[in-house]
Amino acid sequence: MFILEKRPNPSRFWTGATPVLAVVLTMIAGGLLFAALGKNPFEAIRTIFLDPLIGDNAWYYRAQLLVKAAPLVLIAIGLSLGFRAGIWNIGAEGQYILGAIFGAGVGLWFYPSQHWYIFPLMIIAGGFGGWLWAMIPAILKTRFGTNEILVSLMLVYVAKNLLASMAVGLMRNPEGSGFPGSRDLSAYPSAANLEIFAGTGIHWGVVAAVIAVIASYILLQRHMLGFQIRLTGQAPRAARFAGVKPERLVVFCMGMSGILAGLAGMFEVAGPAGKISIDFASGYGFTAIIVAFLGRLHPIGILLAGLLMALTYVGGDIAQSNIGLPSAAIQAFQGMLLFFLLAVDLLSNYRIRFNLKEAH
Amino acid sequence: MTGTEKVLLTVEGLTKAYPGVVANSNVSFRIMEGEVHSLLGENGAGKSTLVKMIYGLVRPDTGRMTLRGQVYEPSAPKAARAAGVAMVFQHFSLFEALNVAENVALGMENPPKQSELSQRIRQVSEAYGLPLDPARLVGDLSAGERQRVEIIRCLLQDPKLLIMDEPTSVLTPQEVEILFKTLRQLSAEGTAILYISHKLEEIRALCDEATVLRRGKVVDTCQPREKSARELAEMMVGETLTPPERSGKAPGPVALDVSGLSARSPNPFGTALQNIHLTVQRGEILGIAGVAGNGQDELLLALSGEIRTAKDAVKIDGKGVGDLGPNERRAVGLVSAPEERLGHAAAPDMSLTENALLSGAVRKELTSRGFIDWAKTRTFAAGIVKEFDVRTPGIGTAARALSGGNLQKFVIGRELSQDPSVIVVNQPTWGVDAAAAASIRQALIDRASGGAAVVVISQDLDELLEIADRFAALNGGRLSAPRPTQGLTVDEIGLMMGGAHGMEVAHVHP
Repeated sequence: MFILEKRPNPSRFWTGATPVLAVVLTMIAGGLLFAALGKNPFEAIRTIFLDPLIGDNAWYYRAQLLVKAAPLVLIAIGLSLGFRAGIWNIGAEGQYILGAIFGAGVGLWFYPSQHWYIFPLMIIAGGFGGWLWAMIPAILKTRFGTNEILVSLMLVYVAKNLLASMAVGLMRNPEGSGFPGSRDLSAYPSAANLEIFAGTGIHWGVVAAVIAVIASYILLQRHMLGFQIRLTGQAPRAARFAGVKPERLVVFCMGMSGILAGLAGMFEVAGPAGKISIDFASGYGFTAIIVAFLGRLHPIGILLAGLLMALTYVGGDIAQSNIGLPSAAIQAFQGMLLFFLLAVDLLSNYRIRFNLKEAH
Repeated sequence: MTGTEKVLLTVEGLTKAYPGVVANSNVSFRIMEGEVHSLLGENGAGKSTLVKMIYGLVRPDTGRMTLRGQVYEPSAPKAARAAGVAMVFQHFSLFEALNVAENVALGMENPPKQSELSQRIRQVSEAYGLPLDPARLVGDLSAGERQRVEIIRCLLQDPKLLIMDEPTSVLTPQEVEILFKTLRQLSAEGTAILYISHKLEEIRALCDEATVLRRGKVVDTCQPREKSARELAEMMVGETLTPPERSGKAPGPVALDVSGLSARSPNPFGTALQNIHLTVQRGEILGIAGVAGNGQDELLLALSGEIRTAKDAVKIDGKGVGDLGPNERRAVGLVSAPEERLGHAAAPDMSLTENALLSGAVRKELTSRGFIDWAKTRTFAAGIVKEFDVRTPGIGTAARALSGGNLQKFVIGRELSQDPSVIVVNQPTWGVDAAAAASIRQALIDRASGGAAVVVISQDLDELLEIADRFAALNGGRLSAPRPTQGLTVDEIGLMMGGAHGMEVAHVHP
């Protein structure tokens, strides 16, 4: 028999150690899963975790790592602000799509003229698109008390349909022989989100992600607004006592996460994805929720978690093509990561005590 | 008391340890049949753990109990009830949407038919002077009437020992008198009563014997009638207590002026404030009494700024602030300390430093252009800890790790250290040990002497009579006209608090 005993203070050691423990447990359980599928577990784990970093084609995969991690980190940073305050924006995927549509829309509007200001305008439009989409659940919540989880999630499906209609309608490439999808923005120099240093994978979205990490760190640690966000999440009544206006906080947090998700969408559509297409939305907005929690809603943690999650994506792709792991197994593997993280999370607030006396 | 001097319950060497704390250490005492026995002790002295062991909620580590000569080892409250031990808890377990008889039936092992049960409830309630209509909804009853439901539920089991945990905290003085009559009648019929309270005058009025607990140990026994309240308090605390000192300075100009304040409660089961008028001068303490749930929380929220009202309903130094939020009111000079320490006055998982920032940011200028000056905040927090003798390993400790008394000292200290002109506190010494309570009261008096206008909302009448210059009571969201404390009788106070709630209704259905 063992009992859980609440710690008077959350354990600093376990707060830092649980993500590491979760990764180790995921490797073990994932290894068993791969073994059950008839694959060599050690080879599979090595392929997923090490090949992208130090394998034969690591120069290519390392760049891919940053390309995948940037939108995850950017979105997760925005989500973490709301999550800390108890505001649950689950619809980052929709805001990501809207950011891409708005950003691409500005780029396509100017096509084919060449101006230096087109790309900056696209950035502003992308952020605005995400913000606009996030304001719908925010205003409905503050005005009518609706649940932001449901509204923001539902709006993801609206956004997906909007994306599809854009890809086959308004934004379809007139020179694309009728195929769905817009012009290739990455081939349009004034609108392209190109690599800043060739071959490294570092595009403007990576820069934005790093800035977001630093800015949110400063906000949460040094600024009154960040303090109010943390306070509201931990003790809503104490927050009201401290003079926090909950409605303003909802609008701010939803707005920030919308802007960052919109930016991520815009950088993606102008760079790695290149164009508005029906299958543009690839789930970054949902995976970012995992990244935010894996990173303990802490900016630095999110940066590391985003890189780790990108690693499982890139490594998972390699494992699929090289050793034939089914993609469902990779997804299950990623799911395990969140599962174990939430499970071992208990250790930071509780200690496990083995008690033989009470067992009878 | 009766002549049958037979031992009912003996407790021998009971010990119960929890990780990190010994709640009861080698506790022994005994209760005679028909005796009213008091357990005296400060918060955390181990009273609750002890009665939980007697009622079968907690199992002792070592020690034994006997009930009427038989070995008594209740494994659950059910077993305790079967053996004739009943308990009325401080917090009621009643369903508001059900009527009295249905609630009573829910607590019984084999409830009889509703009509039969109603009949028995009527009989018992009449026999013991506890008027109660079995058909009424519990949601419509006052706190005092709800307590009667719990008591009658116990009496229907015909108990030999009735345990009562802080039964008078929700009663007006008149209701307390009714309760005591019932308890004396029960005692005369041979039912022993184990009475837990920290209200010393009540214990002196009611109890035959007292066992004094301190830090889990029995430190003394006495006959409370032969001791003064002061002596009892000193037995509990183990040190000499000094009553607070007042300066006889005349009060200054009006600092807080509330007129025609009405406000809905943010809580669906709360009490709306109705047309409240009060003024407090600088240098003066206004005490506001009332039975719990009569608008105390709402009054604090309306004064602190968490509930906003018409601009001129609340004025500070002549300036209308009713439409301002908490931080704007702080800027004008009003500080407040709500009743609930953890979760309202302080964030449980945040450090003391962060909690100092929580309400101190405005007046102590702990931020500049929105950026937090952590060094300054730490200095502020350390200053509170030092000046108000907060026992903590450090200012980095989470608020929830502090004991109730120490956290309360921190919360009160945080507000008082901001050089306020108006101070509003709700239940400033609730759940705080006697020594800490005395220092908090002294600090409030000192701030008043220093020229602040102080409003103390409290359910502890002794506290208010001790420190307040003027006295008013909340009843159903209305405030009685404030009167000077000096010369007030307990009867008058009771009437201000609403007399005996619900008695009239009960007489209509005999």
